[in-house]
Amino acid sequence: MLKRVHFPTSALPYLLVAPQIAITLVFFIWPASQAMYQSFLIEDAFGLGTEFVWFENFEILWSDSHYLASFQRTAVFSLLVAGLSMGVALLLAGFAQRVVRGAMFYRTLLIWPYAVAPVLAGALWVFMFNPTLGIFPYFLEFAGITWNHYLNGTQAMALVILAAAWKQVAYNFLFYLAAMQSIPNSVIEAAAIDGAGPARRFWTIIFPLISPTTFFLLVINMVYAFFETFGIIHAVTQGGPGTSTTILVYKVFNDGFVGLDLGGSAAQSVVLMVLVIAMTVVQFRFVERKVAY
Amino acid sequence: MVENRPLITFLTHLVLVLGVLAIALPVWITFVASTHDQLRMNQAPLPLWPGDYFLANMKQTLFGSGLSGTETAPVWLMLLNSLAMALMISTGKIAISLLSAFAIVYFKFPFRMGFFWMIFITLMLPVEVRILPTFEVVANLGMLNSYWGLSIPLIASATATFMFRQVFLTVPDELLESARIDGAGPLRFFFDILLPLSRTNIAALFVILFIFGWNQYLWPLLITTDTSMTTIVMSIKQMLEAAEQSPQWNIIMTTALLAMIPPVFVVIAMQKLFVQGLTETDK
Repeated sequence: MLKRVHFPTSALPYLLVAPQIAITLVFFIWPASQAMYQSFLIEDAFGLGTEFVWFENFEILWSDSHYLASFQRTAVFSLLVAGLSMGVALLLAGFAQRVVRGAMFYRTLLIWPYAVAPVLAGALWVFMFNPTLGIFPYFLEFAGITWNHYLNGTQAMALVILAAAWKQVAYNFLFYLAAMQSIPNSVIEAAAIDGAGPARRFWTIIFPLISPTTFFLLVINMVYAFFETFGIIHAVTQGGPGTSTTILVYKVFNDGFVGLDLGGSAAQSVVLMVLVIAMTVVQFRFVERKVAY
Repeated sequence: MVENRPLITFLTHLVLVLGVLAIALPVWITFVASTHDQLRMNQAPLPLWPGDYFLANMKQTLFGSGLSGTETAPVWLMLLNSLAMALMISTGKIAISLLSAFAIVYFKFPFRMGFFWMIFITLMLPVEVRILPTFEVVANLGMLNSYWGLSIPLIASATATFMFRQVFLTVPDELLESARIDGAGPLRFFFDILLPLSRTNIAALFVILFIFGWNQYLWPLLITTDTSMTTIVMSIKQMLEAAEQSPQWNIIMTTALLAMIPPVFVVIAMQKLFVQGLTETDK
């Protein structure tokens, strides 16, 4: 942690950490504690006074069927995004690591969507699935499916999941490919000599050996789906139709900035903070220790 | 490769090429949309092959009035705003993280671990979960509609500090000893030895942070109300809303293309640094 050899104590280290600490205090710790404080307050209907109510906002939250439904929706959404993008990435990486020459070429062509902003990913997909003009609804019509994500909640959910997973495949592919390339060739050759074909080698050797990466990516993808997909939802569905795509992050934004329910929004923020802390702890404790083979 | 079976090799390339095409499809359709005129873009089925209006669309998007019937800043100004924001966020994050990592690794001072944990906490507080109170702080400081408001609240960084801490810990102690024998003070050691040694780490981090900064969406959306401060990424949403009245998909998709070209270019051109940065910061 600290160097064995270090500089004598002076005022200098305080000056060095000052900018980082000042920004942390003003823009992170103070707002977070404000959110915590506000989550204990209820403002009256006219915004004239506030009352300190302890955990009432949280009690309201836990008995609010909309909130619980949003919780459930977020869980489904993030599991499907993580599953879809990790599955596609695993498939592509599994084939890419077989390529002797050109693996890096495929990597270049597969990793660039990482750089596309979530809201842009949403814009691209909403254009492709535009009910009157889009390419996909036009072809789906032949299959007898009428596509309109402005009216059909399930279709809206499917669209945001596709857009969110599309953007994340790049990241997962990069990590899976790196993990597979670090497996010693001798292990795989030994299995081949024993008569295991490519598919069998993948499931009995490669897949178990990269399980730490799978676990790491699962946590990262859950965090991504929980928080960074705000832009996609905002561009594609705005939480609708009805509330069928209102995930937790979108609900905090919607209740706070649009509905102006400060106490309720703050209580939701606190719940989200607890979730992030839990995920970060899981990531650090278990990912550092690595999954046992 | 372990065995040489042409059929499997063929299957491998087939799956990979299909994967590449599927991943590229949304961008291909965007590109095609930016090469047709408005009339063609309002007839279903939409074209799948480029037309000849690319330059005209580019010109109208960049320097024209943009979407008709909306009050927006010209797109070249949005691009400049995005560039300024991305550069301020990435250089700011790198600068303050270098300094605090240096202090934490090379000095022994009271509250050292306290400061370390305070920085660590920022990892757990993404802007999405504390938007309202952070917005209030920025509003009270009078930083709405300014580059400072766009960048400073985002530049505290636990990941960058951790990464530099890790890099500094691998620097041999002998370097510091010999520097001190030669009479170098802490700042001189920092600028003449530590900074040159961590050059590639700084470059790799810069690539990641540039993309992070360029792609910011929720934060600029909240704190900019003045159209002259709009960034290109947030303008897409306004255009999508406007599309419900006047669907000028050729212009909207040209703007989307312009918004994604700079960060995608950075990833492809600096792939090695990008991969290094991504794997270093997330581990």
